[in-house]
Amino acid sequence: MKLKSYLKRMFVSEELEQKVNRIEKPLGSLGYDPWGFNTDTNKIALSLFSGIYNKYFRVETHGIENVPDSGPVLIVANHSGQLPIDGTLVAYALANRKHAPRSPRAMIERFFPTVPFVGNVLNQMGAVLGDPTNCAKMLENGEAVIVFPEGIRGSGKLYKDRYQLQRFGSGFVRLAMDHNTPIVPVGVVGCEETIPAIADIKPLAKLLGIPYVPVALPVVFPAKVHLCFGKPIYFDNQDLTEEQIVRRVEKVKKSINDLIAKGLELREAIF
Amino acid sequence: MTTHKTELKTATKKRAPRKAATTSTKAQKDSSKTPRKKPTVLITGAAGALAQQVINRLRKTYQIVAVDFREQTFLSDDIACYKLDFNKRVFEDLFKTYKFDSVIHLGRIQSSEETRLRRYNANVLGTQKLMDLSHKYGIRHVIILSTYHVYGADAYNPALIDEEAPLKAAELTQDLVDSVELENLANIYLWKFPDLNITILRPCNIVGPGVKNTIARLLSSSYPPCLLGFSPMMQFIHIDDMADAIELAHKKFHRGVYNVAPNDWVAFQDALELSGCTPLPVPSIPPMLPRLIARILNLKSFPAYLVNYFKYPVVIDGRDFEKAFGFKAKRPLKEIFRSYRDLKGK
Repeated sequence: MKLKSYLKRMFVSEELEQKVNRIEKPLGSLGYDPWGFNTDTNKIALSLFSGIYNKYFRVETHGIENVPDSGPVLIVANHSGQLPIDGTLVAYALANRKHAPRSPRAMIERFFPTVPFVGNVLNQMGAVLGDPTNCAKMLENGEAVIVFPEGIRGSGKLYKDRYQLQRFGSGFVRLAMDHNTPIVPVGVVGCEETIPAIADIKPLAKLLGIPYVPVALPVVFPAKVHLCFGKPIYFDNQDLTEEQIVRRVEKVKKSINDLIAKGLELREAIF
Repeated sequence: MTTHKTELKTATKKRAPRKAATTSTKAQKDSSKTPRKKPTVLITGAAGALAQQVINRLRKTYQIVAVDFREQTFLSDDIACYKLDFNKRVFEDLFKTYKFDSVIHLGRIQSSEETRLRRYNANVLGTQKLMDLSHKYGIRHVIILSTYHVYGADAYNPALIDEEAPLKAAELTQDLVDSVELENLANIYLWKFPDLNITILRPCNIVGPGVKNTIARLLSSSYPPCLLGFSPMMQFIHIDDMADAIELAHKKFHRGVYNVAPNDWVAFQDALELSGCTPLPVPSIPPMLPRLIARILNLKSFPAYLVNYFKYPVVIDGRDFEKAFGFKAKRPLKEIFRSYRDLKGK
């Protein structure tokens, strides 16, 4: 807490403090929510990430107004880049949106809570273990939730497979239907080039108990990132078969593919 | 102060069983003339701080009979206190002697106490005996204190765990098997004997004056161990609030299983810091290392089987209990931690 207070004094401006305080969040008396979000850590992270977002990745957003101003929403994006940089960029973009900023929650791989320091810091910044119960309870709380239905299949894919969507899980469509929640598709372009991996050392990953060990340069490249937000997709809550659900998943997947194509078109150069 | 020893055999001969007494019309006529007798409550775990808080809340309106199998307690002249093993036949004599209306079972041996076998005998078989006797003697309300530990501390736990969630503690550590078994048993009785109106309470960390559980020992300690790089979300309930919750559960008849936790959360290491502790970091990887260190240290405040509870969150959803019983915790977290800080003179 002492370190947190010190970092807050050092890096968090009065303007940011007021901006974040305006975002409504159901928090306890010590600034935490049940998933570990902490308002002070979130402010520090937003301050420290400002330079990375604006100067390093020079992120451009398109159609960010498509994310509703309030109420539950699932922000569904393609996953890439070995590290959870894409989720952080989408979250930062929404937290800094001029009109009605929101503090979204990114669903992260199940592996992170087992990593010392990383799991706690991600939780305090707003990331949440990717679990359907967590997602359902957060939607009930009216939160904006970032979901990567590809999971590690997307983040751990090799450079040769860039911008090719991997298999989507169908849980997010069911959650959207159950909680009458719109889905905002997002195409992330640029993160594939941040840590290009040429191979995955699977036996080592198995030995270390982590999802993948990429063969890549130990550098995060400053690729220019485009975040393309699509129009919200609404699904009614019918009693559907798995096949019908998969058709709905494919509809979202197609929207993301279109948004990726749009981002690639908008991109003038990789860096 | 008088205490009643375990010699109950003569008393049972003098008193008629409950059912016989209630069918007597003469007795009913007599009772309408004389002032109404207070309903009688059996409270187990009398030596514990929580039981004593509950007793203080109920003693005005109820006749209390307090039992503990660990030690003899001395409460006051108007409260009968016994040191009894639930598995001994003499325990039934209590039911014959007193016409219990309800039972509040708080006498669970914590996992940091006694051996596994003794804990199993007391917590599981003892509770079974208690419920069998409650059924035999027509008790109309049984409250059983469980713990949130039954959910198990797992990296994949979602937050705000509902009462319907699987109890994974036994899968993760043998030392919590008795806690899970106790719950399973209580659940069987809950459905098999609905007349018992069993209410099972699963509270979060109970802390406050007089509490001697693992987490209270940690908060009281000046240099508590904690896992390097892990600070799971935790919930704390003040002993006074927990006693209020039990009083409410006893007042209202809602059978079922309920989590009891305030709608407030804090990271473990923040809780330690706010309590004036200087945490001593213990290496956390590989996972077997902290368990090995805990075994070597053999501290009551940092038992090896609870290491995962200092690593992964077990955040429970107490909203159903609040709704069903109209409960609201009154003591804020800051106040709870300040009292521990004050004890350290900081």
